[in-house]
Amino acid sequence: MSASNLQIDSKGRLRHFLSISGLNRQLLTEILDTAESFAGVTAQTVKKVPLLRGKTIVNLFFEASTRTRTTFELAAKRLSADVLNINVTQSSAVKGETLLDTLRNLEAMHIDMFVVRHADSGAAHFIANHAAPHISVINAGDGRHSHPTQAMLDMFTIRRVKGPDFGRLRVAIVGDILHSRVARSQIHALNLLHTGEVRIVAPKTLIPVDAESLGAHVFHDLHAGIRDVDVVIMLRLQRERMQGALLPSEHEYYELFGLTEEKLALASPDVTVMHPGPINRGVEMDSEVADGPRSVILEQVTHGIAVRMAVMSMAMRTTAGTQETEQRKEPLPGKGEAAE
Amino acid sequence: MTISPQSAQERIRITGGRVIDPANDVDTVTDVCIAAGRVAAIGTAPDGFTADHEIEAVGSIVCPGLVDISARLREPGQEHKATIASESRAAAAGGITTLCCPPDTYPVIDTPAVAELIRLRAEAAGLARVVTLGALTRQLDGEQLSEMAALQRAGCVGVSNGLRPVASTLIQRRALEYAATFDLTVFLYANDDALANNGCAHEGRVATRLGLPGIPEAAETAAVARDLALIEQTGVRAHFCRLTTGRAARMVARAQYDGVPVTADTAVPYLYLSETDIGEFDSQCHLIPPLRTVEDRQLLRDAVQRGSLSAICSDHQPHEPDAKSGPYPATEPGASGLDTLLPLSLRYGEEQGVPLPDLIDRLTRGPANILGLPYGTLSVGASADICIFDPERTWVVDNGTLASNGHNTPFRGWEMQGRVTHTLFEGRVVYSMV
Amino acid sequence: MNAPEDIAAILDDMAGQLAAHVGKHGANAPAMVGIHTGGVWVAEQLHRRLQLDEPLGSLDISFYRDDFTRIGMNPVVQPSELPFTIDDRHIILVDDVLHTGRTIRAALNELFDYGRPASILLAALIERDGRELPIEASVVGRHVSLQPNEHIKLTGPSPLRLEIQQTA
Repeated sequence: MSASNLQIDSKGRLRHFLSISGLNRQLLTEILDTAESFAGVTAQTVKKVPLLRGKTIVNLFFEASTRTRTTFELAAKRLSADVLNINVTQSSAVKGETLLDTLRNLEAMHIDMFVVRHADSGAAHFIANHAAPHISVINAGDGRHSHPTQAMLDMFTIRRVKGPDFGRLRVAIVGDILHSRVARSQIHALNLLHTGEVRIVAPKTLIPVDAESLGAHVFHDLHAGIRDVDVVIMLRLQRERMQGALLPSEHEYYELFGLTEEKLALASPDVTVMHPGPINRGVEMDSEVADGPRSVILEQVTHGIAVRMAVMSMAMRTTAGTQETEQRKEPLPGKGEAAE
Repeated sequence: MTISPQSAQERIRITGGRVIDPANDVDTVTDVCIAAGRVAAIGTAPDGFTADHEIEAVGSIVCPGLVDISARLREPGQEHKATIASESRAAAAGGITTLCCPPDTYPVIDTPAVAELIRLRAEAAGLARVVTLGALTRQLDGEQLSEMAALQRAGCVGVSNGLRPVASTLIQRRALEYAATFDLTVFLYANDDALANNGCAHEGRVATRLGLPGIPEAAETAAVARDLALIEQTGVRAHFCRLTTGRAARMVARAQYDGVPVTADTAVPYLYLSETDIGEFDSQCHLIPPLRTVEDRQLLRDAVQRGSLSAICSDHQPHEPDAKSGPYPATEPGASGLDTLLPLSLRYGEEQGVPLPDLIDRLTRGPANILGLPYGTLSVGASADICIFDPERTWVVDNGTLASNGHNTPFRGWEMQGRVTHTLFEGRVVYSMV
Repeated sequence: MNAPEDIAAILDDMAGQLAAHVGKHGANAPAMVGIHTGGVWVAEQLHRRLQLDEPLGSLDISFYRDDFTRIGMNPVVQPSELPFTIDDRHIILVDDVLHTGRTIRAALNELFDYGRPASILLAALIERDGRELPIEASVVGRHVSLQPNEHIKLTGPSPLRLEIQQTA
C-alpha cells in the first residue's frame, strides 16, 4: 500500500505516522498546531492529560536508543497511557522469532499502538501493513529511511523561532546525509512546508546519489553552503564513517564542515543553530556554538515531547473508535454545540 | 494438467500448428512427426508413419521446448521452498523442457555426488531435463579450485561461482584458465562484491529516497571490465549471467564484435521492471542483481533484440512466503519465474517489435548454444522437446495459476497473453492443459 | 422563546446569591475558576462584582472531554491557568450554560488532577433541560426551556449576549 494510503484514513486523518513523504502540508500544519497545545500542557504543574488513559503503547525498539525511547515514553505517560518497553535486541529476535511473530504475540496482549525503531529501512511500513486494524504505528526511525517525529519537532522549533512563513527561509542541513534518516525526513518536511531554499552540505562521500531528487541544493563547501542561511541543522557524525573510507578523520571533517562562530558569521545575522543530538563537540560544532545564543538544541528536546504527544494522540484518536473501554462514555452530540 | 503414461516409443503427430524453429530457419504452418522420442519429420510424414496419437495445434505455435539458463530448484538443501519434482512440474506447465541449475545448492555442487543427485531426482520426476553448473571454487568460497574435470564428467555443462566473490583477481584468472583446460564454459555473475557492499537496491534515486543501501552500476560494469580482460587473457569461453545495466550490455556487445568468445543473458524481470517498481518497499521487487533504471531497461530490451544478449532466462528463485515477509532489506532476494517466462517474453517481443522467430530463438537455440547442448531445436533426429502454446489465450497471475511452489512474483495480478497447451519432453507429453 | 436580554441583571442576581457563600468561609475565602470560553467571561463579571482577592483561574477542558475521539483534536487549546493551590480550597466553578453536565464532569476531573479541593460550588449563567449526568448548579442565573432543535449560546466578551439558535 502506498505511503499516503497507509498513513491517512479515508477522512484524511492521521492513522499511522511512518514518514513525512505521503503526507500533505495541511496535515503537517495540524500536527504542529496540536503540538502547540501540548507544549502548554507540559509547562503546567500538572503535566498529564487523560487523553490516552486506558491505552497501551508499546515501544518496540529493535535498535537501542535511550534518548528517543525516553521521550516517547514520557510523551505517552503525559497522555496517561500505559507504556511497555520492548528492547528486541535482547529478546526473541535473537532466538530467531520472525518480526511477524513478535508482532502477533504483542497484539495478543491487546495493545493499541506500536512505536517502532528498526535498523532496516521500511520496517515501520511493514509493521503498519501487517498490524491488526485497530493498532496505530509510529515510526521512531527505520534504517536510513525516515525519522518523521524528529523532523516534526525540528519544524516545530523553526516555526516557533522564525514564524510560520517558511517561504522566506533558507535552511542548510550539514553532515552525513547519506546515512541520515533525520535528514531525509527534514528535507521532505521543509519542502512540504514550502521552504524558500533547502540545502544539503557534505563531502561527496556523504551525499547520496541523485540527492537533488530529494528536493535540495547540494553543496560540498560549508562556507558556500551556509552563506546567508536562516537555519543551520548540523547532523551527528558517527565514528564508523572513518572505518568505511568515507572520511579520513574527524579532524579534517571538523576543519572543513565543523561549525564555529567564525563560520557561522557567514550565515544570516539571526541564524538559528539546530542539532538532533547527541552532539559530538569539536566535530560537528564547537561548544561555543552549541551553548551559544543562536543554538536552540535544548529547546528541540523539549519540543520533542509535545510533538510526540501530538502525533500519538492524533493517530490514536483515529482508530480508538473501534474499541470501547470502561472510561468511554456516550459522545457529545457534535461539534457545533457550545459548552454544555 | 495430465501426464500421459505413454511409452517413449509412441508416435505422435502435431498437426496444423505454426512451427517456428529458429535453428533451422523454419516458420510455417505444418505438421511435426515424432517417433522414438525424437523429431522424425517436419512437414510431410516419413513413409510408413502412422501416429498413435495426434495433437491438434491449429491456431497454436509449435516450437522447441524452452531452455531456461537459470532456474533454482532448491534441492538439495532448501526443500521447504521447492523441490526438483515441484519445479519440473512447473517447468512442464510453462513449456520449459531443459533447466539449468546454478551451483549454489546446499550442499554446493562441488562434488560429482551432488550433480548426480540432482540428475537422478530430475530423471525420477521425468518431466524436464535438469542440467547443472558446477562450482568454480570449493564451497563457492572463492579460494580453492573445485575438481572441475570430475564435475564435467558427472554432467555439469559449465562452472560458476554464483553470486559469491572470488578472493582475488589472481584466483579468478587461474580458475578461468583451469576451466579452459577442459573447454568448460565459465558462467560469470558480473558483480564486484566490494562495490556492491551489501546493497539491496540499485544505487539511484529510489534507493536514495527510501534510504536503502545501494548497489552502484559500477558494481556490474567494473566486474564486466575486469572479467573481459581475463577472458581475453585466458582464452576461456565465458558467459555473463543476468546483465542489468545498459553499460554492461554495451561492453559485452563491443567485446563480441571484437571476436571475444563471450555471451550474455538477462532475465525477464529486468526487461519489464525498474527501480521505481520497488514503490514503498515492495519486497517482491527485491532482486539481486537489482532492478535498475528505466533507461537501463530499454537498453537491455534493445540488446536482446539485437542478439548481443542471446538468451532470456527466468532466473527462477522460488521462495516460501516468510522469505519475502519482513522489512525490505531483511527479505530474501529473487522472484519465481518459470510460469511467466514464456508469456512475458512474448509480450516483450511484441512491444519491442522483435519478430517472433527471433524471440523464440532467445528462449531456445540461444540458451542451448550457451550451454553447449543439442537442444532448443526441432532438427530431425533431435530430442522431441516441444512446446505448443496458444498465443491468444489470456490468464491472470495469481496463486491459482502459478504452478511453481514459489508464489513470490512481482507480476501478481498482471494479465498474461500466451498459454502453453502441451509440452513434450523426449517425445512424451509431460503437460497438457485441460 | 426569546433569550434573556438583561445579562447584567442576571449577573447581579448571581453575585447576590454567591455573596453569602463567599462570606461564610471567612479566612478561607473561595477561589473562582471559569471554564473556557464562555464560563471565563461570566466568571470575570462575577469576580469583579464580588471583589475577590484571589486572582481568577481558568480551565480549558479540551483534553478532558470524553468525546475527543469523535470530534478530533482542538488545536487551539488554551493552557489552564490556576494561579493558586487547589488543596483544601473552596472553589466556585463558573460556566455559561449547564446542559448535559459533561463539561462540568470534565472540569471536575481536571480540578482533581491539580489537587484535593475542600468543596466545589457550581454557578451557571443559564441552566437548561437535558441533563445526562447527576450534576446540578447551586447558583443559577436563569433557567430556560428550549425546543429539541434549539440551542442557547453566549457570545462576547463585550458585549455579552445570549442567542438562541436552531440546530440543523
